[in-house]
Amino acid sequence: MSYIFDIKRYSINDGPGIRLTVFFKGCPLSCVWCHNPEGIDKKQNKLYTREKCLNCQTCVNICPNTALAMTSEEISTDASLCVGCGKCADACPTKALEMSGKELSIDEIMTIIEKEIIIFDQSRGGVTFCGGEPLYNKEALLELLGRCRKLSIHTTVDTSLHSSPELVKEVALKCDLLLIDIKHMDSNLHYKYTGVKNELILSNIQMVAQMGVPYIIRIPLIEGVNADEKNITETARFISSLPGKMPVVEFLPYHDIAKGKHAKLGSIYNPDNIPMEKPSKETIERCVEMFKDYGIEAHVL
Amino acid sequence: MNDRINRLRKLSVEAEPTLSIERALIETEFYRNNYGKYPIPVLRALNFMEICKRKAIYIGEDELIVGERGPRPKAIPTFPELTCHSVEDLNVLNSRELQRYTIGKEDIEIYAKEVIPYWEGKTQRERIFGHVPDEWRAAYEAGLFTEFMEQRAPGHTALNGKIYKMGMLDFKEQIAAEIGRLDFLSDPEATDKQEQLRAMDISCDAVILFAERHAVLAEEMAAELEMQIEREVAAGLKISAGLETAADREVKSGVEGKSGIGGRAESGAKSGSRISELRRIAEVCRRVPAQAPKSFWEALQMYWFVHLGTITELNGWDAMNPGHLDQHLAPFYEREIAAGTLTREEAKELIACFWIKVNNHPAPPKVGITARESGTYNDFTNINIGGVKADGSDGTSEVSYIILEVAEELHILQPGSSIHISSRTPERFLKAGCNVIRKGYGYPSVFNTDAYVQELTRQGKSLTDAREGGCSGCIEVGAFGKEAYLLTGYLNVPKILEVTLNNGVDPVSGKVVGLKTGDPLEFKSFEELYKAFINQLNYITDLKIRVSNYIDRMFAKYAPATFLSVVIEDCIKKGKDYYNGGPRYNTNYIQCTGLGTVTDSLATIKWHVFEKGTFSMEKLLNAVAKNFDGEEILRQTIINKTPFFGNNNEYADSIAVRVYNDLFDAIEGKPNTKGECFHLNMLSTTCHVYFGKVMGASPSGRLSGRPISDGTSPSQGSDTNGPTSVIQSLSRLDQIKSGGTLLNLRFLPNLVKTEQDVDKLASLIRTYFSLNGHHIQFNIVDTITLRNAQKRPEEYRDLLVRMAGYSDYFNHMNIDLQEEIISRTENDAF
Repeated sequence: MSYIFDIKRYSINDGPGIRLTVFFKGCPLSCVWCHNPEGIDKKQNKLYTREKCLNCQTCVNICPNTALAMTSEEISTDASLCVGCGKCADACPTKALEMSGKELSIDEIMTIIEKEIIIFDQSRGGVTFCGGEPLYNKEALLELLGRCRKLSIHTTVDTSLHSSPELVKEVALKCDLLLIDIKHMDSNLHYKYTGVKNELILSNIQMVAQMGVPYIIRIPLIEGVNADEKNITETARFISSLPGKMPVVEFLPYHDIAKGKHAKLGSIYNPDNIPMEKPSKETIERCVEMFKDYGIEAHVL
Repeated sequence: MNDRINRLRKLSVEAEPTLSIERALIETEFYRNNYGKYPIPVLRALNFMEICKRKAIYIGEDELIVGERGPRPKAIPTFPELTCHSVEDLNVLNSRELQRYTIGKEDIEIYAKEVIPYWEGKTQRERIFGHVPDEWRAAYEAGLFTEFMEQRAPGHTALNGKIYKMGMLDFKEQIAAEIGRLDFLSDPEATDKQEQLRAMDISCDAVILFAERHAVLAEEMAAELEMQIEREVAAGLKISAGLETAADREVKSGVEGKSGIGGRAESGAKSGSRISELRRIAEVCRRVPAQAPKSFWEALQMYWFVHLGTITELNGWDAMNPGHLDQHLAPFYEREIAAGTLTREEAKELIACFWIKVNNHPAPPKVGITARESGTYNDFTNINIGGVKADGSDGTSEVSYIILEVAEELHILQPGSSIHISSRTPERFLKAGCNVIRKGYGYPSVFNTDAYVQELTRQGKSLTDAREGGCSGCIEVGAFGKEAYLLTGYLNVPKILEVTLNNGVDPVSGKVVGLKTGDPLEFKSFEELYKAFINQLNYITDLKIRVSNYIDRMFAKYAPATFLSVVIEDCIKKGKDYYNGGPRYNTNYIQCTGLGTVTDSLATIKWHVFEKGTFSMEKLLNAVAKNFDGEEILRQTIINKTPFFGNNNEYADSIAVRVYNDLFDAIEGKPNTKGECFHLNMLSTTCHVYFGKVMGASPSGRLSGRPISDGTSPSQGSDTNGPTSVIQSLSRLDQIKSGGTLLNLRFLPNLVKTEQDVDKLASLIRTYFSLNGHHIQFNIVDTITLRNAQKRPEEYRDLLVRMAGYSDYFNHMNIDLQEEIISRTENDAF
């Protein structure tokens, strides 16, 4: 059983064709800009959308542990009493309370995937496993990749590659495409922004490149974090030095939609106030150009 | 687009629709003097002749394709023989904010004096409403269905390629031969046939005369221009500003700063080229429609005269439609390109001229319920592009791409356009179409040729007739040029459930409008409720069919379309009118609306009341009765905790399939009056908004007065699993059994940002079509844009959006239609 916090259909930016993207919960990184903060915890999270709340207190009445209370037109949860049973979310009429992360078995996930086979076949698409960090859900991921291959379903794994080389190797052999993030070339800054250093990641990328499996490098482009000339140059230099066929690069310009998600989670977005900005059009163009100078084809998503 | 097209486009777009009383005056005088002197078909044909003889002829500056239904562009005639507008109607049309048709006070006075008194008690509308049974009237007034033919003639007609191979003189020969073959000894209908054939013959003469009058005017205009040039040359300067032609003025404004002499020389050259254009126009109008066209230009003008003839005669629903225009024009194009007598640019310019002509012809104004349910200037000419040929081979050609370019570059209200995709259609064409869709004008819509060929053959058409068929109006399928497929009106399926849940009473009016199918609180199971619903459905459907059949007879008897009958296959051979079983095929459709809403309502009852016990029937019906006032918790529970249609969820989808199959059973095969039968159609146009207005709240959580779902689309906002789920839900319906389904999807612009995104859109379409989907259309627009357009309409004057089977200007829509578009689920990339 794995916790899946979202399943997106008609997903068109995560690999070839029309895709179904499965979002696993749990991630060893905690990037400050993370777009899916509800995916970081391996366990379920409770999400609360105040705007949807009718203040009907159905949840307050149903909670077996009296963990919920209504305070100034808002539901608050006493974390010390909440056991995460999800009864409140089940009862909530408006989905103002939701449990992020549904426990699904491999069979259940495969049933969902198989419903889209006709779409995959026509569009030459497939499934993308994403997160969180799919490699953090090792058994489920490997099993799903195996089952998909048996059904001739194209698979993509969207990963940070912050994992053991053995597992990376196994996944790389079992999937059809890897989407790999490079967030920062400076290991200390990488640590500052994501909570982990980057040596393991970079060496895993080198290994994947050596293996000759198809992969795409993705770079979240954040002004103030990694869009400076120095980091971009170093990133380009690193990529151009990789063995084998030169990978395609996709830039993902930063935006702050995660703010809303943090509000739902009851957590604080960017608590250390790290300056992060949307990259300007000029910055994006400059980065694409710099990559081109290194012979790297870069697209903007 | 070149300067000519820019000027013509501007003129067409900026002209305000006006009402012209010309046709009504000619017709009224004719009827006053001649009614009773001739058999009805001959009377109708002579009336048509009279209009062609006397109406004002218009040839505008710059025009290459000529002819207007009214005295000038966007001057719209009335058809008092069908519905005679009252003074009050005319005042409303003149002053209302949306879909205004201006008319001068003087004209209203003349109308009141000359037209209205004569038609009192003699119109089709009065004949129909004077006859209908009380039960029908009660159901009609409650909004359980509409009646298409109560004020406009049946239509939805599209043509095949016949008029490009034969002229009116050829048809006259055929008619004469058929008259010669009549068997007065043993055929009891021989006299009727003779009258009908005589009428068709007169109709042919009428359009030839109409064209000849254009030829004469074009020559006069050429002569006038020539004299003017001679005078200028003689005088060495312009004789007076008052005699300047507009073409001169254009030139002058375009050469500001140049010397007067240079400007004059250019003006002379320009007038010179206009003179030869006018002479060419005269030549073209002398050839067509009398004879079959020989050139590309003549082919377009041929169609346009036939189009004008039919919309002058009666202007049935959906005006007229050339059908597969690219296929009809391709042989002319290829021949002329090979011979070097036409360039691609010239062909494109001629098509653009034709396109603008269609835009010059807004729909005739409606009154009453029909005006409420169809609020648009669009007259639904829907040009089919692509598809297959009669032998099943791919129908695309260079002309297909030219037409797409014209549609994209002009982006005007009319005509609509649709791309027709079969498994043989090249990917390049589908992508060219998707690239226009991406612009967000709401067209082209996309049809599945392989599906509708099956639909037509299932209905009994031959394979070749099916392949030559297509979709006209919005999404309705027909054998082009060979079939009268009449839409008879919309059925409000959710309202049938509403009446069932009130044991035959309309909760809005409190009147009995349906069968007493039982007290809903007594139903022990979902099956009991469903059975009651089906009983109600059958009762209402039969009520509608009874009156439709009566109306069919009224049209056959009093309003034969004698000119239209000439160009539709088999009418001449059978000696019968288009409205009287003359065409090779004769279908009546009933368009069922609100599948999503009724499915979600039934799913709510089944799931919560009979299976989960979330709430009782009594609680639900009480909440519905008070429009969920004070019951928001219940309403939200329904909206968020019920399996709804459109999410690829078997529970809800199986209910939709069941309802769909039962609609089919209620309608399919019921006899019409022409020896054939009714078929199911799943179109809604804008009627889902009107139908929502006449309803209280629905068990699905829909609030009172809000629109019901459109076509076969999921209810607005209830499809939360994305477009791949929507198409899979819809593909569970056996769409081949219908005469057309309709799926609206709204995409945010960022879903079609790149070329790769367009490829994915194309593959989504291919997937839906591989699952036998009939039709799909897209609105590529975000909510913010639509909200801004509501706030600052002046900045969004040309924002076209997809409504139902057609596009309309967002600013021309009333607030209900605007809100309906906004409420459709917005599919986003992430």
